[in-house]
Amino acid sequence: MSFLKRHSVLPGFGLSMGFTLTYLGLLVLLPLAAMILKASELDRQAFLHILLDPRIIAAFRVSLWTSAAAAAVNMVFGSMLAWVLVRYEFPGRRFCDAMVDLPFALPTAVSGITLTALFAPTGWLGVWFERVGVQVVFTPLGIVVALVFISLPFVVRTLQPALEDLDPELEEAAASLGAGRWQALVRVIAPVLLPALLTGFALAFARALGEYGSVIFISGNMPMKTEIVPLSIIMKLEQFDVAGATAIATVMLAFSFVLLLAINILQSWSASRHAG
Amino acid sequence: MDHRSLLVFAAAVLISAVGAECQTILNVSYDPTRELYQEIDTAFGGYWLGKTSQTVTVQQSHGGSGKQALSVISGLEADVVTLALAYDVDAIAKAGLISPGWQKRLPQNSCPYTSTIVFLVRKGNPKGIRDWDDLAKSGVQVITPNPKTSGGARWNYLAAWEFARRKYKGDPSAVKAFMVSLFRNVPVLDTGARGATVTFVERKIGDVLIAWENEALLVSKDKEKGEFEVVTPPLSILAEPPVTVVDKVVEKRGTRELASAYLQYLYTPQAQEIIARYYYRPRAEKVLAKHRKLFPKARLITVEESFGGWEKAHQEHFADGGTFDQVYQPGTR
Repeated sequence: MSFLKRHSVLPGFGLSMGFTLTYLGLLVLLPLAAMILKASELDRQAFLHILLDPRIIAAFRVSLWTSAAAAAVNMVFGSMLAWVLVRYEFPGRRFCDAMVDLPFALPTAVSGITLTALFAPTGWLGVWFERVGVQVVFTPLGIVVALVFISLPFVVRTLQPALEDLDPELEEAAASLGAGRWQALVRVIAPVLLPALLTGFALAFARALGEYGSVIFISGNMPMKTEIVPLSIIMKLEQFDVAGATAIATVMLAFSFVLLLAINILQSWSASRHAG
Repeated sequence: MDHRSLLVFAAAVLISAVGAECQTILNVSYDPTRELYQEIDTAFGGYWLGKTSQTVTVQQSHGGSGKQALSVISGLEADVVTLALAYDVDAIAKAGLISPGWQKRLPQNSCPYTSTIVFLVRKGNPKGIRDWDDLAKSGVQVITPNPKTSGGARWNYLAAWEFARRKYKGDPSAVKAFMVSLFRNVPVLDTGARGATVTFVERKIGDVLIAWENEALLVSKDKEKGEFEVVTPPLSILAEPPVTVVDKVVEKRGTRELASAYLQYLYTPQAQEIIARYYYRPRAEKVLAKHRKLFPKARLITVEESFGGWEKAHQEHFADGGTFDQVYQPGTR
């Protein structure tokens, strides 16, 4: 560890690093390792048989595209929200700011039931959708609605600090050098915010992918149409098929991990490009 | 604190500690029995105090039947389990926590109360729902939970299946076609029975809810008079939620006597009366006769006779690739 020590002027590195590794190991790695161990009870053929079941494939398709859609929606509207909260002073700003975190705090089942009540054909919002012939609840659209709700804070909270660091003088400089508003946005603001935006997207996506509580109330859980992957896992567990459940979970985890890793690499790439 | 009060205090602590250790049992049950067992537990406390002058606390845990079984398997120290179907208890037995012949240990298949599957329809029964084949007609929306996630919903499915089997004289393709047209009428598969009830009652979706009789009666009595009606089909299934002692746990905690007494208490007239009040069908003939108005007679088949037990029924219908999955195979709908 001496070679690591050389880099730091702060004392206590060994102790805090040891603590960090133990903590992460116990809290994150151990459960994941147990999960993978359980999944490895299955041989390759059984593993593939579970995953290639058309219903599981359909569930993966639904989960992946609804999560991506929800994260994309939040990337657009969440950044607008973050922009407004950071850049403007207005009465009730603190209040709005606090409201962003509510989806974090609410039990997800409560969000699901509330959203279902709102968007049901008899609900306050559902009646309007019904009039234009759009059904929200018990369709993939309903899943997107629930996922947008629960993943909103991830985008807003990652973007806020980046926006706070973004000096308005940069835009003023761009303007004084003759850049139009659009040019300033695309050439000056967007590159600075991109890493935070990507992180926000990835976090929102990963969170949405794993969401269960709120979705099952609004999705209708129709096989092949609106079943999500976490529900397939629960179905396996209900049949006491723990190995099968962990097999699906492992693949889901791999998806999230690859995504988070890719975003991290993209980020460091964009940061180094910026620095250079 | 002087010496004497200290001594009294210490004695009290000691007694309560000892008392707490040997006189608390945990009943792990499924969702809709929460209120039933609250009352039973209080009544049992009184009964046990009178009999042995010991105080007893029964702790309750409720959740989806399958999930509860899984918790017990993973180490939740349940002295007794009172679940929605024998299949879930069998799973605990398979894990070695309950001895194999458990269902013979108490009278009537270890089911001190039963229920059946009925239809809850809207005021005046506008779609004229009387029997199972009315559910498969086009233009009728049926609400039932997903039998893969809801133990309770498996009874619904099996009842419909048995109806079709009798109607079509066992012709497998006709039975399957019936199930397909029935489930074509199901717009949403909630994960649990309460969820399905909420969809039907609060969201006002669907024309008929397939439900346990106790749940249907609870809703129809609870809501404004006449908003819902209960229709008992001529043929249905005897839902038998079993109860049993978890051997490994009571041996470890030394609570076998108390736990067994608790379950036997469920068969006493007092408990049977409470059971009827919470809309479960009591086993005691006398109590049942007294509440006959609530529980109309119907032909009730059992899983044992019609399906050869839960293990077999599960393999055939609810395991991956079973008949329920086939209903939803692409192309069949």
